[in-house]
Amino acid sequence: MIFDLHGFGPALLAGTWITIKLALCSLAVGLVLGLAGALAKTSKYGALQWLGSGYSTLVRGVPELLWVLLIYFGSVNLMRALADALGMQSLELSPFAAGVLALGLCFGAYATEVFRGAILAIPRGQCEAGQALGLRPFAILWRLILPQMWRIALPGLGNLFMILMKDTALISVIGLEEIMRHSQIAVTASKQPFTFYLIAACIYLSLTIVAMSSLALLEKRAARGFRRAYA
Amino acid sequence: MNWELMIKWTPRLLEGAWLTLELVGIAVLAGLLLAIPLGLARSSRHAWVRALPYGYIFFFRGTPLLVQLFLVYYGMAQFEAIRQSALWPVLRDPYWCAVITMTLHTAAYIAEILRGAIQAIPPGEIEAARALGMSRWQTLLHIVMPRAARIALPAYSNEVILMLKASALASTITLLELTGMSRTIIARTYQPVEIFLMAGVFYLVASYLLVRLFRLLEQRLRVELCQGR
Repeated sequence: MIFDLHGFGPALLAGTWITIKLALCSLAVGLVLGLAGALAKTSKYGALQWLGSGYSTLVRGVPELLWVLLIYFGSVNLMRALADALGMQSLELSPFAAGVLALGLCFGAYATEVFRGAILAIPRGQCEAGQALGLRPFAILWRLILPQMWRIALPGLGNLFMILMKDTALISVIGLEEIMRHSQIAVTASKQPFTFYLIAACIYLSLTIVAMSSLALLEKRAARGFRRAYA
Repeated sequence: MNWELMIKWTPRLLEGAWLTLELVGIAVLAGLLLAIPLGLARSSRHAWVRALPYGYIFFFRGTPLLVQLFLVYYGMAQFEAIRQSALWPVLRDPYWCAVITMTLHTAAYIAEILRGAIQAIPPGEIEAARALGMSRWQTLLHIVMPRAARIALPAYSNEVILMLKASALASTITLLELTGMSRTIIARTYQPVEIFLMAGVFYLVASYLLVRLFRLLEQRLRVELCQGR
């Protein structure tokens, strides 16, 4: 071993697992929010349009770290009121839940724009054909629009996922024991900040490489059956 | 909402906002200067020239800014040689650590933007300049750079906004910029929602102003007209 891990290897691995879980859960929340935002923004109702663009503008204009802090520390009073209303002893948002909410919220705001672009890229005729066949609006969305939109949205979503993976480091600020937090603990014990933060950097780099190659595979799969023209 | 509290702490938050703008301003300007050679090297036709900027960009884009900040601010202290060197007063100061790290971080992204812009210049324009007898340096200075600057400007403005938001991370190395100041105030008042919301509004206003500023600059440089569409 090149680095002396001072016995912190298993802890760092556990932290990596938490980071991966956090990224995937936030991705799920973010995809749902992004899809809802995009549908709202492309809907024919003015109020929904306003809501969708308000969401994406507001969330994208404020730093991710601020959302993390706001959701984690700001939810205390809200949770207390909720616990009172439900007659429970105490209710608290765990750092993990707060992290998923905050990162999902931010991912969703950017994904709103990616999904909106993809929805607009689908020819109108597809939608009209569905109507002509007598499909219900939900079926048009689920069976016609979504499967086609997926391929167009994938590269943009991939970029956003890379950003999300790196933003998981922010959740260490509210005490979630992911890679950064475990590195900090290791640094306090070993007095070797450079070594351990460099190891953390290498873990993030390898996660990025894994994510990049799986995205390339997904894109290849989504693009099957499509011919590519070269200029 | 406790309006009285919000008004009372506005001056301190403005102080923090000023530090935020200062950090971002230095980082994106110094980052641009650093990114120009990196971007040019990255779009070189020789693989050995491309390799170094590629590694640099890969590291800085592949790891979180938080890790980079901690590597510089806490990590450098691990080496006795650095602690003894003349650089130590600079590397000990959280302000300079934040400036240095943010500059290195944003330079990687700007270099990638510049590479894209340089590669987007129609080859015919460069060939035309060479055919007119311009030297390679003249071509670079009078054709490639002004052209790339206009292509890259919209993406650069995006990067500036991203850095504005990334600057919130400087609060983790004890700097009292907008987010750090908010956290300090909250530690004293126990009113997280009001103060964080105000900080959020400050960020929104700052990014709105930056967007307007870049739109003016785009008009000034006649970016639309110069695209040749």
